Amino acid sequence: MAGPLAAGTVIDGFTLEQRIALGGMGAIWRVRHPRHAGPLAMKIPIVGGGLDVATVVAYETEEMILRRLAGPHVPRFVAAGDLRNQPYILMELVEGDVLAEVARRAPLPPEEVALIGARVAAALDDLHRQRVVHHDLKPANVILAARGAVLLDFGIARHADLPDLVAEETDEPVGSAATIAPEQILGERGNPASDLFALGCILYLLATGEPPFGEPVSDVGQRRRLYRAPKPPRALAPRTPRWLQEVILRCLEVNPADRHPSAAQLLFDLNNPEQVPLTARAERTAREESLAARLAGWIAGRRAPKPSARPAPGGAAVVLVAVDLSRGADDLAEEIRAEVARILARAPDARLACLAVLKLRLVGETDRRDRSGRTDYVARLVALKDWARPLDLPETAVSFHVIESIDVAGAILDYAVLNRVDHLVMGARGASAIRRHLGSVSAAVVAEAPCTVTVVRRKRGG
Amino acid sequence: MRIAILSDIHANLEALRACLEAAAPLGVDRWVCLGDVVGYGADPEACVEAVARLAGDGAVVLKGNHDAAVEAGGGGMTDAAAAAIAWTAGVLSPAAREFLAGRPAAAREGEILYVHDSADHPGRWTYILGPDEAADCLAATDAFLTVAGHTHVPAHFSTVSGLAGTTGKVTSFRPLAGKPLPLARIRRHVAVMGSVGQPRDGDPRAAFGLLDLEAGEITWHRVPYDIDAAAEKIRRAGLPARLAARLHEGR
Repeated sequence: MAGPLAAGTVIDGFTLEQRIALGGMGAIWRVRHPRHAGPLAMKIPIVGGGLDVATVVAYETEEMILRRLAGPHVPRFVAAGDLRNQPYILMELVEGDVLAEVARRAPLPPEEVALIGARVAAALDDLHRQRVVHHDLKPANVILAARGAVLLDFGIARHADLPDLVAEETDEPVGSAATIAPEQILGERGNPASDLFALGCILYLLATGEPPFGEPVSDVGQRRRLYRAPKPPRALAPRTPRWLQEVILRCLEVNPADRHPSAAQLLFDLNNPEQVPLTARAERTAREESLAARLAGWIAGRRAPKPSARPAPGGAAVVLVAVDLSRGADDLAEEIRAEVARILARAPDARLACLAVLKLRLVGETDRRDRSGRTDYVARLVALKDWARPLDLPETAVSFHVIESIDVAGAILDYAVLNRVDHLVMGARGASAIRRHLGSVSAAVVAEAPCTVTVVRRKRGG
Repeated sequence: MRIAILSDIHANLEALRACLEAAAPLGVDRWVCLGDVVGYGADPEACVEAVARLAGDGAVVLKGNHDAAVEAGGGGMTDAAAAAIAWTAGVLSPAAREFLAGRPAAAREGEILYVHDSADHPGRWTYILGPDEAADCLAATDAFLTVAGHTHVPAHFSTVSGLAGTTGKVTSFRPLAGKPLPLARIRRHVAVMGSVGQPRDGDPRAAFGLLDLEAGEITWHRVPYDIDAAAEKIRRAGLPARLAARLHEGR
């Protein structure tokens, strides 16, 4: 194909209508085709001289990975052009707000920052579960759509099942200056924590109006984030709550092992601010000056990673245990605790959420419910914490939730879906005639749970 | 067009049967055997018979170094391999020996080259273990895809081809079982299949490949088989015990 791209240009039968975005690896055009209902999006290199290898490999990588991705958080792949003649990626045109546009309004209210962060974290969780690390997460690559956050641009992404063509083609670190993770600068690819760092950069920008590390052009400028901590968000935007600063600075930890163990656990924090354990990060009022000293060991201990080292996306689990303590900590509750201990022993990075549901009565008890409901709530929270105490979990690995609902099973399920729970543990009481007629809570949960469910039951003698 | 690729069967009938049974339902249009039908294992005659049947139905069947050693002798081989070849030569029927002796070292079909060892001097028995040997292989052929065996270790190598500014770097990748790998048209590829009858990548399951030309993908499949039976036959035949033990280890 010859000449610059313009509206009206036809490529493989697709008519370019309007350029809707321009990026490093090309432009995105709205296109139409007589055999496709509605418009589609075509990502296509900006035509100049010959295509350089890096660009072609980026299109090859994006095609390879987008073909294998599914779900609401990526654009649906439609077709790809012949890499030898005219590379392009044809995909669904996603309607929504590009996060880069939203970010122009920054600083945003903390609630909005948390809400956007949770939507992007949910998208990352979905992506990581499909064994892909994005490696170029930035506001221009996120669309806030009605169905959730949609991630764009997989040109430098890494799929754990496929060769890492990007790393094989170049020895230079690949990523965007504002959001590239420290380990990515050092050449490591395929670590899901790199995307959490980038999300931390985005949250920082949304909360304060400034990128945490600027947008350094030079390699030296980019490497600065390895030893120079950003100013804490509260120093720039004082109305940022401590818990949000805690979450953002944890994402921005230089050592990936110090960040949240998974996107789902970051999502959990953003969904449950009152449960975020506050550390020194939350209280910081000035740049951490001892960062270089704190990290000396980490940096010195690193070896140049092999480009084809197999990443292990997916990450640490969120385990939800629902305990019925309405009759106190009975034998069943103890059984459940023993089972939870076994599950956690197998998943050292897992985070445990302990949930108790206070069943609301429907009619005629409004006054009493309000008065005694409060005390019930506190009493149940105390009981829940006491139940979990023998598990001896660090504060950062456990949280406690008492929720009120008419529909106990529905409340447990809603909670599991919202927080991307991996494993749900709950008890079942012995069979009784009434239970057989009405159905049990555990049966309803098992039937509809979006994850593994362990139902604990007291073994009956006989 | 789906092409199933068997390599390095090494007289392991249990593993061969498991691969044939696992591949058949995948819709195989053609069979290719990259050689080393015999050597190490205790069922050379039955394996040659099975492969000869495939050849009768149009399969490409190549000659490997162990197949060649049946006639030429096991000089230059490890003691265990040479002992197995001496035993194999003693038990193979004349028809089976004739079949093996008549196999070519390589076969070119359009843009695909099948070879036991490497496109770089087939019959010199070079191992493609890393990007350097793969680069030699790529330099020796203009084939879009070279399918090789011999190493018993699944691997994929590629290099960007026909683009200005190409660095000539060779990518290397350890394929995952059952995960299709795309064969991009801007590259030339070397696919090293694992071994049906004596895997050495730490996974004791039998390996075979499936090349899907329409999808432009190749998949390394792994199949569990009755290792105990194959190992017991090796011990009962009086072959070196190590040849039985390594089947369990996949080393």
